[in-house]
Amino acid sequence: MARSGQPAPAATETDPAYLQERIDVVRRRRPGNTAAAVVLVVAAALFLYGAATNPTYGWSDFARYLFDWRVIEAARNTLLLTVFAMLGAVVIGVSLAVMRLSPNRVLQSSSWVYLWIFRGTPVYVQLVFWGLFSTIYKELRLGIPFGPTFATLSTESGLTVFHLAVIGLALNEAAYMAEIVRAGLSSVEDGQSEAATALGLSWWQTMSRIVLPQAMRVIIPPTGNEVISMLKTTSLVTAVPYSLELYTRTRDIASETFNPIPMLLVASAWYLLFTSLLMVGQFYLERHFAHGSTRARPSRRARALSRAAQKEQA
Amino acid sequence: MSSPTGAPPMLRAEQVCKEFDSLRVLKGISLEVARGEVMCLIGPSGSGKSTFLRCINHLERITSGRLYVDGEVMGYHDRGGRLHEMHPRDAAAQRRDIGMVFQRFNLFGHRTALENVVEAPLRVKGVPRADAARRAMALLDRVGLTSKADAYPAQLSGGQQQRVAIARALAMEPKLMLFDEPTSALDPELVGEVLDVMKALAQDGMTMVVVTHEMGFAREVADTVVFMDDGVVVESGEPQAVLTDPQHQRTRSFLSKVL
Repeated sequence: MARSGQPAPAATETDPAYLQERIDVVRRRRPGNTAAAVVLVVAAALFLYGAATNPTYGWSDFARYLFDWRVIEAARNTLLLTVFAMLGAVVIGVSLAVMRLSPNRVLQSSSWVYLWIFRGTPVYVQLVFWGLFSTIYKELRLGIPFGPTFATLSTESGLTVFHLAVIGLALNEAAYMAEIVRAGLSSVEDGQSEAATALGLSWWQTMSRIVLPQAMRVIIPPTGNEVISMLKTTSLVTAVPYSLELYTRTRDIASETFNPIPMLLVASAWYLLFTSLLMVGQFYLERHFAHGSTRARPSRRARALSRAAQKEQA
Repeated sequence: MSSPTGAPPMLRAEQVCKEFDSLRVLKGISLEVARGEVMCLIGPSGSGKSTFLRCINHLERITSGRLYVDGEVMGYHDRGGRLHEMHPRDAAAQRRDIGMVFQRFNLFGHRTALENVVEAPLRVKGVPRADAARRAMALLDRVGLTSKADAYPAQLSGGQQQRVAIARALAMEPKLMLFDEPTSALDPELVGEVLDVMKALAQDGMTMVVVTHEMGFAREVADTVVFMDDGVVVESGEPQAVLTDPQHQRTRSFLSKVL
């Protein structure tokens, strides 16, 4: 703007004088970036060339077995194990966390004991135990202790190894989920629960409507981590022994073909595919629970509410 | 219990004491707030004002004494002179008639202004959704914030948040409003807008107990000013009397620091 002579007109929003002189920047050179990129591209190209031409990778076997029906079935089983075990773990984990934070002392300590046992022993050991479950408990009875029995379930015939694998994974994972959920619940400031209490909301309403939804923002990222971790932990259920999931199945096929490397690649490809899909899911879930952060638009439910209010007023 | 007119006072405290472990915060508070009265509690930090306020709606339990709101003992069933602890459901039912506004607003962060206001009528009283929304919008209008109905708390200034918090408390149609230092967390230029809303509320006849450091507000709006220090009521009376002609040395030294 002019400093002398005629006074320059003040810059307004319609006449942004300050925008007329855009600074023409000469970008700083970044030779380090370029050098690192060249080195990495060359290294990657060499690795890929080596992998493509090295016969022990067995790419023809890889192509033959990637969509083998046994592999596809195993991939499905792995996915089902992951989904069922995680669903169970989230439900039990949320309950354990809420118990831990509830005003009830009995619930608090039972939650603590659960964590102590299931987090304190290796998941592999727990899975072996679940495999022996039907040896330890021949049947499960529903009834009054020392009184009549209403229903009996034979563990031998009623529980398949798949069930036991899901139970074993879920109960172990629940202990970790409980701690994640507890951290999330604690991250919501006490003032909001207090305000809810002062308004007459019950403890449960406060938990489920005020605290938990806001805790989700803290809970989801580490839970995504746990899902991905669970996907890979399913390879341990061979301890139950359940052998129809991805890793054990591809290893069994490898023992027929006498070439383990392509089968490892097959398993890895499927694990990677599932992990990628899970990451996409996590992105949308995080966006869903972002309401209330500074730049968020009102949720669809909130907009519907204000439309209702305005309609009624008019 | 009953006053000559028949109705009990809105709030009646008899020798209320509160101890946290070995720390004695309230050492026998006795006072009465009539219907439609505005009482301001003033005093230095740590004098027990906020604790007393939190005892009124049973967010804190009192150690001894009696607290009655509208003739009812707060938090307990009085059965033949013995107090029985209330089921949380009954305590919640008592609280819904008492509005509370906090120093740090405490709005629900994942809910828009409008959703903050409808939450309790919808969930606690079971008001139909459309009615609740319409009433909430009217309340936001009353605090001058209809244009912010769809904003989340993080998108509002402190003064706006506190006005939403007042609307949220009013949505339950309380018979008594408690204000816990409602302007202490605000930038100076935002204090006025919140005090204006509170003044209008007082003029509409709301019974209010206000813990505050705003002496101008106390002088202008309060019917009674209570000066507390170290867990006791040092003196109380009409604002003119307490604020301009205090009888106690402790009141005088406090006022000389804040005025």
